[in-house]
Amino acid sequence: MTARTTGTLIVGGGLIGAFTAWFLARAGRSVTVLEKGLVGAQSSGANFGNLRLQGRDPRQYPLSLRAQAIWEEIEALTGESCEYDRTGHLYLARDEEELASLHRYAEISRSAGLVVEDLDGPALAARFPYLDRGILAATFSKRDATANPRLATLMVMRAARAHGAGVLEHCEVVAAGHSGAAFEVETRSHGLFRSEHLVNAAGAWGGEIAAQFAEEVPLFSAGPPQFVTEPLPHVIAPSMQRVSGTVIFRQIPRGNVIVAGYPRTASDAQNLRTRVPPHKTLDGMAGLGLLAPMLRTAHVIRVWSGVEGYLPDMIPIIGPSGTQDGLFHGFGCCGHGFQIAPGVGAVLADLIATGRTDTPVEAFHIARYREGVQANEKFAREFDSR
Amino acid sequence: MAPILIVGSGPAGMSAAIALARRGVRPVVVSDAPHAGGQGFRRLNPQMALDARRIYGAEARKYEALHRDFEAILPQIDYRPATLVWAIYEGKAFILRDGQAGEIAWSGLILAPGATDRIMPVAGWTRPGVFSLGAAQIALKDQGAFIGRKVVFAGSSPLLLLAALQYRTHGARDIAVLDTTPLGAKLRAAPGLRHSPGTALRGLRLMRALKRLGVPVHQGVRLEAIEGADRVSAIRFTAPSGQECRIACDAVALGHGLRAETQLAELADCDFAFDAALRQWLPVADADGRAGERLYLAGDGACIGGADAAIAGGALSAEALLAELGEPGPSARRRRLRGTVARLRRFQRGLAGAFRWPHEEAGRLADTVTVCRCEMVTAGEIRTAVRADLGPAEVNRVKAVTRCGMGRCQGRFCGPALAEITAEASQSPIDAVGRLRAQAPVKPLPLSAADTRS
Repeated sequence: MTARTTGTLIVGGGLIGAFTAWFLARAGRSVTVLEKGLVGAQSSGANFGNLRLQGRDPRQYPLSLRAQAIWEEIEALTGESCEYDRTGHLYLARDEEELASLHRYAEISRSAGLVVEDLDGPALAARFPYLDRGILAATFSKRDATANPRLATLMVMRAARAHGAGVLEHCEVVAAGHSGAAFEVETRSHGLFRSEHLVNAAGAWGGEIAAQFAEEVPLFSAGPPQFVTEPLPHVIAPSMQRVSGTVIFRQIPRGNVIVAGYPRTASDAQNLRTRVPPHKTLDGMAGLGLLAPMLRTAHVIRVWSGVEGYLPDMIPIIGPSGTQDGLFHGFGCCGHGFQIAPGVGAVLADLIATGRTDTPVEAFHIARYREGVQANEKFAREFDSR
Repeated sequence: MAPILIVGSGPAGMSAAIALARRGVRPVVVSDAPHAGGQGFRRLNPQMALDARRIYGAEARKYEALHRDFEAILPQIDYRPATLVWAIYEGKAFILRDGQAGEIAWSGLILAPGATDRIMPVAGWTRPGVFSLGAAQIALKDQGAFIGRKVVFAGSSPLLLLAALQYRTHGARDIAVLDTTPLGAKLRAAPGLRHSPGTALRGLRLMRALKRLGVPVHQGVRLEAIEGADRVSAIRFTAPSGQECRIACDAVALGHGLRAETQLAELADCDFAFDAALRQWLPVADADGRAGERLYLAGDGACIGGADAAIAGGALSAEALLAELGEPGPSARRRRLRGTVARLRRFQRGLAGAFRWPHEEAGRLADTVTVCRCEMVTAGEIRTAVRADLGPAEVNRVKAVTRCGMGRCQGRFCGPALAEITAEASQSPIDAVGRLRAQAPVKPLPLSAADTRS
C-alpha cells in the first residue's frame, strides 16, 4: 500500500484537532485528521461546556482571551450553531476559605484585563433570588460563556472539511516516527501516512503519541461526575460555580440544569469510559441543593462523565516537541480544554505556518517534564482515589 | 455475610425468592413496584373486586399459586417493595425508598427487572389517548378502568389478543385488534412454536374466544396514522388487500412485543450480544442465567421468554447461585429447570417470527413524526443528523447530536426506533449501529434524596 502524503497530520479528532485543522485548511494548507473513534466523542463532547474566563491559571490568560474571541465569532464563521451563549459566569463563596479564593481569583482575572464585578450577599440576593442566602459573596464576569460540547467539535470539523481538510474516523494510529525526511504514521485500518508536520492532539491518549518520540509525560485520565436534571422553567441565566469547584452548574434554555463538580474519578481508559461513583452523584445533588434550594424538588435524569487527560501541574502541554522538529503537542488539557481549544488550534497553526506565535505558551512546553514538575495545589483537592 | 439480593418482584424475582427461602436462605428482594407480580402476573387491586379468572383465564391458577407461595415466604425474606435500584456500582446497589437514599451490599445478585413494551412509532402516536399495551393492562388491573370507550389494540404481539380479551370480558364492547404481522408469517413461524405447544394452544384459544365474542381481529395490516384533534379519534391502516381503512376510536393501545430492561445488567458490567431473532441487544448469560461472578439474570430482563420461563428461570438462577456459593442442591432439578427455560426461549424466538417487530416501518416514518417523546425529536431530525457531513452512524452519537433518548425515559421507549432509523439512514446493519449505553439513574432521582443519606 502506498503512503498517503499530507502537509500536516493531526492525531486526534477532538476539539483541538478540529480547530487546528480548521485554521490550517482555511490558510490553504493540506491537513489530515486521524481519529481513532468518532469525531468529538471523548472529552471534547462529554465536558460541561463552560467557556469560563474567570479564575484561570494566570499564565493562560493570553491564550484564553484569544480563544474567547474565536468562540465569539465561530458560529458566524462556520454558519452552524453550537448553542454558544454569552451567559456570564458567577463564582460563589460559601465559607471564609472560598472568600479568600474568590478575591485572589478576581485579582488575577482583573490583572489580565477581565471585567469582574463584585457582589456581596444582599446584591446577590437581589439579582439571583433563587440562590441560598448562606452564600457570602460572588464575582460575576459577563464575557464568560457556554456552548454545547456535543455539537461544537462536529461543527468545527465540518468547517475544516469544507476548507479541504481530510478527516478520517475509525482510524487508529499504531505507530508514529520520523524517517529523517518526513513523519511516518502507521494506522490500524488506513495504512501509512507521511507528512511534514505532526500534531499530537490525542487528548487522554496524547501521552502515547509523545512517548513515540521519547517524550515521557505523567499523563493520566480521569473525569468529573456530571449529571443533568429534567427540564425546568428557565430562570438560571449565568453559569455558576462554587469557587472550590465542588459544584458547577448551568441551565440551558431548554430548561435542564447541568451539573458537574470535583473530585474527579480515575478513568477506565481501556474501555473508553469513566464510571461515576453513585455517591459522587449524591454529593453533587446535595451540593446543588445547598446553593439553589429551589432545585431540591428537581429530578436527576442522567449521569455521565468523560475521559480527560490530566497532568500533575494542572496545565496542558502546548507547543513544539522537545525532541523532534515538526512535531507539535496540544493535549493534556486537565479538564479546562473546551474554552482554550480555539486558542490552542490557532497557536499550533501559527507555529506550523510561521514557526512562531504571538501568544505566549512557553509555560506549557513539554520540556518542563525533563526538569520534574511540582504538583499543583489543586491536585489533591480535585481528585480522589475513589 | 452480605445477603443475596434479588432485584425485581415479577415472576422471576418471586420464584428466585421462593427457591432461596425453601433452601433456608433469606434474600433481600427489592422492587420499584409497590406489589409483587410484575406485569404479566400483576397483582389485581383488591379494592376493585376484580376476578382473577376473568383477567388471567387459564393462567389464573398459576397466578394465584405464585402469589400464594410468595406470601407464604414473606416472613423468611427481607422484602422491600416500592424501592428503586437506581445504580449498581462496585458490588453495591444504590436504592431509593420513600425518598430516602441507601445502599445494599450483596454476596450474590439476581437481576429480574422484566421488560417493557417495544413501540414502533406511527404518525400521531404521541396524541393523548394512545397508551402502551402494558399501560392499557395496568389500567384494568390496578384501577379497574379502561383506557377509553372504544379501544383499538394495535401493533404486533400476542399480548394484543390477551389485552383485548381482558377488556372484552370486562365489558368493553367497542374494541378491535390490528395486528401488523400477516397470517402467512404466523404460519411460517408455526414450526418454531412446537417448543411450547401449550402456549401456542393458549394463543389459538385467545383467537377463538375473540372471534366468538365478535371482536374484529385484522392481521397483516400496516398502521398509517392515529388521528385526532385534541385526542385520538380514529386509527387509519392499510388492509392486506391494499384497501385504506379507518376505525373510529378514543384510545389506542400500542405494542410491538417486548424490550428487555437491561440497564441494571449493564451497570453490573454484563457483556451484551445482539439477538437477531428478537432484534435487540441482550446481556450475555449462560444456561443458568449466570452473567458474572455471583451475578445472575432471570426472566424477560435476561431474554424475552414469558412468565413460565421467568418462573423457571428465577428458580434456576437461585439454585445456580447457591451452587456457586458452595451449597449445591439436587442437580436433576437444575437440569430440569434449565431445559424448561431453554425450551420456552426457543418458543419465544419462534413467536418473534409470528409477531414480527415491523422494523422496516422506521424507514417509512414521515420526517415529522416524533420519535423521542421526552425530548421531542422527530424522525427527520435523526435522519438529518445521520446524513450530515461527519454524521454518526452510532446511536449514542446520534443521541448526543439530536437529544433523542436523552430525556426522562433514557431511551427506553424511543431506543428501538432510534436504532432502526439510524440503521436505515446510514445504510448500516442494525447490529452495527450499537445500543444506547445505560447510565444511572435507571429512573429519575429526586435531588432531595441526597439530603436523606444515613
